[in-house]
Order: sequence, then structure tokens, then C-alpha cells
Amino acid sequence: MKVTQLSVFVENKKGRLAEAVEAMAKAKINIRALSLADTADFGVLRVIVDSPDKAAKAMKDQGMVVKTTDVIAVEVEDKPGGLNNVLKIFKDTDINIEYMYAFVEKNNENAVLVFRVENTDEAIKTLTKKGLKILKAEEVYNI
Amino acid sequence: MKREDLEKLQEERLKKLVKYVYDRVPFYKKKFDQAGVKPEDIKSLEDISKLPFTTKDDLRDNYPYGLFAVPMKEIIRIHASSGTTGKMTVVGYTRPDIETWADLIARSITMVGGTREDIIHNAYGYGLFTGGLGIHFGAEKLGATVIPVSGGNSQRQIKIMQDFGATILTCTPSYALNLAETAKEMGVDLKKMKLKAGIFGAEPWSDNMRRDIEKLYGIDAVDIYGLSEIMGPGVACECLEKNGLHIFEDHFIPEIIDTKTGKAVPDGEKGELVFTTITKEGIPLIRYRTKDITRIIPGDCACGRTLKKIERLSGRTDDMLIIRGVNVFPSEIEMVIMRVEGVEPHYQIIVTRPEHGMDELEVQVEVNEQMFSDEIKAMESLEKKIAHEIYSVLGINVKVTLVEPKTIARSEGKAKRIIDKRKI
Repeated sequence: MKVTQLSVFVENKKGRLAEAVEAMAKAKINIRALSLADTADFGVLRVIVDSPDKAAKAMKDQGMVVKTTDVIAVEVEDKPGGLNNVLKIFKDTDINIEYMYAFVEKNNENAVLVFRVENTDEAIKTLTKKGLKILKAEEVYNI
Repeated sequence: MKREDLEKLQEERLKKLVKYVYDRVPFYKKKFDQAGVKPEDIKSLEDISKLPFTTKDDLRDNYPYGLFAVPMKEIIRIHASSGTTGKMTVVGYTRPDIETWADLIARSITMVGGTREDIIHNAYGYGLFTGGLGIHFGAEKLGATVIPVSGGNSQRQIKIMQDFGATILTCTPSYALNLAETAKEMGVDLKKMKLKAGIFGAEPWSDNMRRDIEKLYGIDAVDIYGLSEIMGPGVACECLEKNGLHIFEDHFIPEIIDTKTGKAVPDGEKGELVFTTITKEGIPLIRYRTKDITRIIPGDCACGRTLKKIERLSGRTDDMLIIRGVNVFPSEIEMVIMRVEGVEPHYQIIVTRPEHGMDELEVQVEVNEQMFSDEIKAMESLEKKIAHEIYSVLGINVKVTLVEPKTIARSEGKAKRIIDKRKI
């Protein structure tokens, strides 16, 4: 149920982000979801792609620092209050969210959210028990 | 003092010192024996070239007290500066050493026209660093009034300088500029203060900086030179002619040598400055290689002093940086990063001196897979941790920036560690 996310270190300089994206484009990687966290000096690009191993290699070959991280993809009803209902469950079950972002594309008319939490396995169990739909890796890569 | 008389005095003191260290410091006995030189062989000043050199490594190898020539009960003060590999360079002073040092500082203050009437605002840092306490004891010896304000809190410094009626300012030249900037922000006109002179040192500075300081404060600004191994500030000081620093040759014999051959170069030529302390008791040093590059300025000084003058320092033979008066060796920074990272780091040190500001040091570290995290807070705390560790080792604040791998230029396989952008 865990989804592999690639995290890439990018300096806060002109052209750095483009370089990472270009490396993936050349390797014919399709980006499913992404988010960029930044500070004054650097940023961390987080992406979910159709082929994580290939994408990681393509960027590492360009000398970039790439790390794989396990994240959870949760399907959320695409209507007002959808996210709120999910976050309530996180709160009630004491799961601390490190960061989150959303997929652009929908899955079966539903929105897809990516969560990075401390204890991924534990969180998947808890959230499933609460009735949330957790997407499998293959499902996510092919959205 | 006539040159002739001075040299006679130096010769007597040198002979005495050579015997003193041979009898008291096992390190020197061994070194002299290895070089095949006995104290009796030193008959004239020229014979100094027969003596072996002493280096900072020798001090490190005998850390902390191995080169002291007296038992600890005779030592009344310790000072220390940073070394190349984490071990500090430690020096000890006997009571007569402290007296001598105070005399030399008193002399330096006198050279800019200071007397017991003066009020000295001493903004050098107090502590293991020789600047603060060195100037302090010298100013007291002269009978002047000392304000032991030490470094930091610039606004308060300006107020104290103004309210207490300081007439002489002592600090690093970049701090003097920083204070001037603060005064401007506060709307205080430094030229209207009672200040008449400033004695600045502990870091390299240029004649441009001198002009700036003199203009902003309306004072005479002179350069003072020293290093803790030899004494601290007060090894040499400029007179009001402001074209070179008179070496206090009655206590230190200077030589300028060719770094490679170790042979003395003629007066006027540049080389490495070497000192032999001829009156020091605590830790006398024979032909200590300062790694500072300068030259002896030939000819007589218009001020009438017969003491030789050295040109203001123009560089180093090693990669030591002087940042806000603190000696910084890149090797120390490297050790800190390695300790935090557990791997050999690729890093680069960038030094800048903003206009009218203090030197700033940025340490860029290339990110590798071990240290990379997808969480921003982990990366930021890594930057903070490295900066904090560097602070705890070197005592200076640095900005740590994480950069992408392979972005730091490598020259001949070895990274170019230092980019010094200061216009000194």
C-alpha cells in the first residue's frame, strides 16, 4: 500500500528545478504529482512518477541527490468537506502529518492526496480500519 | 636608542635566551643537539641563522604546556588561539612577561600620542584571545583610564564612548567600521566626540580602510601587530608616520626568510616573518615562523625611532584566515563538518566584508545522500547544527548553506576551499 515518492535536493538558483524535470523528461517519465518545499537557499522537490526507479536513476546520473520516501495516497471524495473528514481521522488517531500535497488528476471521480507521516505502516493500518481508501502503488503510478 | 646599542642589547639577550631554553626546555635541547648547535656557538646576532626554526606544529605536538620553560607556579596567565587541527595553541606568561607585554602596549599607546590623561575604549574581546587583556594591562600600566567594554552590543558601545568621553579607541579595524555604521544609524556624529586616535589590529586591513576610519571618526588610525605565540598585540606598532610598523626589537628579533630555503632575504624583500623572543620567560620561542608575509622597510623613519619597520602584512604562507580577529583554519571547519556528517565533505568557505561591516563567513557544504532528507526541517536543522558546531570550536558565527553536489569547483582533484572576496 505504500507509494514511493522521490525527493530531490534543488538549490534555490535559476534553472535548477528545470534540470531535474528535464532529466525525467528525457527518460520519458510521466510525473503524476509533485510539490516543492522551499527555504531561502534550497528546496526539496517531491514527485510521484510512473516509474520511480528509472526516474531516480535518470536524475542521479545528472549528479542530483535523490532519495526515495514512503508515502500514503488516500482517495478523498471530491466535494466540500472531503479533506476535512480525512484530516479529522488523522487527528483523532494521533497521526502526525509531516507534509501533504494533492494529485492533479482524479481517480474514479475522487481526489487523491499524498501524506508523509512518521510511521507509514502503522498509519496505513489505522486509516484502513477507519474506512479510508488507501491506494496501491500501481494504482497511483497509473492514475 | 642608537642602532649600535640596540644590537648590542639584542646580542646579550639572545645569548642568554639560547642558554635559558637549552637548559630548561627539553624540546629545544633535543632540537639544538640534532642541529649540532650549542648555546656557546651563538656569539653574535648573525649566529641566529644557526638555530633551528620553531613552528605552530611544534606547539601543537607539545600541547598544552610542553614548551613552557618554567614550572606552572611561575605562570600567572594563559592565552590561547586556534590551531590547525582542533588543538589550540597555548601560551603562558610569567609575571615579568605580563609586565613586559604591558610595557609594549603602553609604548604603542604612547606612539599615537596617548598619555595617562587618556580614556581608552577597549573593544577588543576579553578572554583567551590576547587582544582585550593585552591592551587592558598596557593602558593601565601607562596610567590611562581603561573602559573594558569588550566586543558586542554596538549601540551601547557608541553611548559609552560618547558619555564616558573616550579619547582612544582600540578594536579590530572592521569593528571600528561597524561601530561607525551604528553611530550613523543612531544619528551620532563620531567627529564630535573626544576621540583623537585609534589603535587597530588583529586582522589585515588596508590603507583604504584607514582613510575611511580616519574620516568617519576624525582620528589618527594606526595598525598594531602581534600574535599570541610571540606575545599578543604589541610586537610591532605604527607610529604617526603611518607607513610601517616599528618592531619592538629590544624584545623580539625579526628575520624575513625565504619560505622555501629558510634563508634570510635582504631588507626590503618580501618573505616570511620570523621572530625570536629574547626576553620572554614563560614560553620563549626561537625563530618562530609566523607564516605572515611582509618585508622590512629599509631606511630611517621620520619619527626618529631606530626600530626597524615592517610593512603592513600582505598575506600568509598557509591558508589561515583571520575573521573578526579570530584565526580560522579551513582544516578545523572540515573536521567539524566531518564529525557532523561522518563523511569527507565537499565544502567551500566564502569570506566577504560588506562595506562598513564585519567580515562574514559562509560555509557551503555539498549535500550527499546520507545527509539529504525529504523534510525541510531536517535539512534546516542540519545547517544549524553545522553552524553551531563551528561556533563551538571556532567561536565565530558562520552561515551554513547546503548546495547541490558537484557545484563546488574542484581544481586538480582538490577542491578550492577558500574564496576570499574581501578587498583588503
